[in-house]
Amino acid sequence: MTIEIRSAPHIKAPRSVPTIMRHVVWSLVPVCAFFVYQYGLSALASLLVVTASCLATERLFVRTGTQAGDIGDFSAVITGLLLALSLPPAFPLWMGAVAGFVAIALGKALTGGIGFNVFNPALVGRAFAQAAFPQAIATYSPSFLPGRFTEFVPSSLAWPLMQPADLMPWLKERQLDALAAATPLAKWKFEGVLAGAEELLTSLSGHMAVGPSPLLILLCGSYLAFRRFLDWRIPAAILGSAGLTAWLLFALSPERFPNPFFMLFSGGLILGAVYMATDMATSPVTPKGMWLYGALIGLLTVIIRYYSGLPEGVMYAILLANAATPLIEKVTQPTPFGKSALARLGQAKRGASYPLHPGYISREEAHAVTPKKRFLRNKPKPEGRRKPEKSS
Amino acid sequence: MRLLSYFRGEAFQRGVHPPQCKLTARTKIRRLPFPPRVIVPLSQHIGKPPRPIVRVGEEVVRGQPIAKADDWLSVPHHAPVTGVVEFIGLRPGMRGPWVESIVIRAHPGATQEDLWGQPRDLSNASAQDLLQAIWDTGMVGLGGAAFPTHAKLTVPSQAKVHTLVVNGCECEPYLTCDHRVMVEQADDLVEGIRYAMRATGAQRAIVGIEDNKPDAADAIRAALARRGPLPEGEIHAELVPTKYPQGSEKMLIMALFGVEIPAGGLPVSLGMVVNNVGTLAALGQLLPRGRGLTERVVTITGPGVARPGDYIVPLGTPLRFILDYAGAPEAQAKEVILGGPMMGQAAASLDVPVTKGISGVVVLRGEDIALGADRKIYPCIKCAECVESCPMGLNPSMLGMLAAKREYDLMGEQYHLGECFECGCCSYVCPSNIPLVQQFRVAKQILREKAAAAKSS
Repeated sequence: MTIEIRSAPHIKAPRSVPTIMRHVVWSLVPVCAFFVYQYGLSALASLLVVTASCLATERLFVRTGTQAGDIGDFSAVITGLLLALSLPPAFPLWMGAVAGFVAIALGKALTGGIGFNVFNPALVGRAFAQAAFPQAIATYSPSFLPGRFTEFVPSSLAWPLMQPADLMPWLKERQLDALAAATPLAKWKFEGVLAGAEELLTSLSGHMAVGPSPLLILLCGSYLAFRRFLDWRIPAAILGSAGLTAWLLFALSPERFPNPFFMLFSGGLILGAVYMATDMATSPVTPKGMWLYGALIGLLTVIIRYYSGLPEGVMYAILLANAATPLIEKVTQPTPFGKSALARLGQAKRGASYPLHPGYISREEAHAVTPKKRFLRNKPKPEGRRKPEKSS
Repeated sequence: MRLLSYFRGEAFQRGVHPPQCKLTARTKIRRLPFPPRVIVPLSQHIGKPPRPIVRVGEEVVRGQPIAKADDWLSVPHHAPVTGVVEFIGLRPGMRGPWVESIVIRAHPGATQEDLWGQPRDLSNASAQDLLQAIWDTGMVGLGGAAFPTHAKLTVPSQAKVHTLVVNGCECEPYLTCDHRVMVEQADDLVEGIRYAMRATGAQRAIVGIEDNKPDAADAIRAALARRGPLPEGEIHAELVPTKYPQGSEKMLIMALFGVEIPAGGLPVSLGMVVNNVGTLAALGQLLPRGRGLTERVVTITGPGVARPGDYIVPLGTPLRFILDYAGAPEAQAKEVILGGPMMGQAAASLDVPVTKGISGVVVLRGEDIALGADRKIYPCIKCAECVESCPMGLNPSMLGMLAAKREYDLMGEQYHLGECFECGCCSYVCPSNIPLVQQFRVAKQILREKAAAAKSS
């Protein structure tokens, strides 16, 4: 007979790392499905190729022992899906595969694998693609093209190591103007055209070149937040700070800056706020730090979008905030129990069931009553409580 | 839902909700038979072990003192059975190393009645006499910490106690001994509270009970109603929201009074003394009869036990005897925990006896611990679950990473390692399965040794 000696606690909550990652993947499935419905075959191929490239890279590094974790923990799947969602749907497939490799190799394996990455791997891959393939990444194909489920957009099938062919003749063939192939943000930045609300929110109308649907992402994200697989503070802080900054600038000069609604729901801000900035390993663990981190991302996004030469700023804002995370954590350590200002002064917090000093309840006071209870549910029955004795 | 907790009145911040598994909450307390042999370790409490005052071969009757306290922070022991002292020396202890113990062989024919003590009237005794009487019972905190009760009830000369907090939370999963004591021994508990109020000079006593056992609060209120007005002052039974680790005195005081005990301070600095319900119920039984502590209520439970229940167990009963009686086939038992599953200690062998501080024996089978034991350990993914669950407001994620790098000094100086009371919330929730509490225990021990070395040099 053998009994084992283990260290307390002897029971464990059921949640594990693969559980968390699996739930994030499941919540991304509707977003991906709608993405494919919007853009057809090219988007599906892009999702599959980028994810496969991420998984293959992960497997390579896990096998060679350079990286902790394993391929079964689904974290590489998340990286692949997010990277594909943040790229244009008709991004050349070979470029997507390269971006996927870079995302895992430089973004994750280089620093030691799951948990040790400093930057969000998907964004590392996207930053690489932005730098290496500026032409391809700026070319969006319009959504809801007729025949999107039967044929690829020609740029998807570019030969490896070749630049994709120009989309213009292909678009002209379908009686679409050049503007359709630009994102709403690029249109605003370079042409001064502002997209309407319903187009931005649902991405259902017309041949707009918008990314995955923001409403759907918010819905899936709130499921994750509700099940506590992501921290709601980070998206709330990002959207709050971006909205506030944009609103301030809009109030200052409405003719120069777009309205805050356009700011929040165009481009990749929602995807970035809900899925990319909340990457656990690269965001702070302290509650106060999460607010600070989110506020920083929102502010940087608006500044980059308004004042730089780039149409989109979410990616760089998140990467910069990732870099600042260790510092943010250091200055926002939680206050331990008993070391707060209230504790030092010996002050009680509001709403306790009993006051600290029992003066009012002394035997001399005939009409003494216990104060209003904070926990209303199981209020003591009146007959259980006795009247204070009159002794003096 | 943590999202909602910001808008709802909560007892204390953070904490966890492990499955309660209170299998024995409805079964009455039963008596365990006397074992053929009891093993009484001399050191069952915090403080100096007492000195044996019996010889090998001496006949002892149940309740007779067998060890005498020389030091103030020490308590006497009483013979749990009538029998013959068989051996005084080293026997297996609950932490693994063998400890100095007194082994008594029970007389097979003895009635095992407690004949030693003399009934006495303590209604007019002074606080000093009461404390002496409490010391003579050999009482320690029965909730698990085993701190000598007379020392806990002694108020420092510069302090003044106005409130006695009676801890009936029992937040550990599986354990129900305090619950059953409150339901079945409510009158003894009220007696014990009165003695403790007189010993400390407290004007009111508040029994804090988690709201998963409203029947305990009803039983205490009914007992109070039967007693009528008390000369000592008010006694209230108060329900607090169920949450682990509510049974920690700091958390309970936070829940009742909304005040944080300053770091490094004791409740007495705020005019409060905290005692466990089991301790006070036992005092209420023993003091008027003039007896010593020879038995206690222990929850014997777990998925590996056929007849789980709360049993009155003679102190010194070996675990093997208890598990045989309660129906725990040895082949199934994979882990035997002394105390609750969150903070309890895994028994090193089944020859270990029940001591004064053991509130439960939880037997887990292989399949019950598989969830935690065979899970892969991942690197910390900084999911912040531990930060969100630490009742002391520490950053276990950072502490764990520092412990892995052996930066013990940094842990103590900048990350408040000393505040950790090893409740186990962080290890419980960790999705990466990192043994955080174990690392902290090692780190604290190393820091203590360093501090001791620095002091002595």
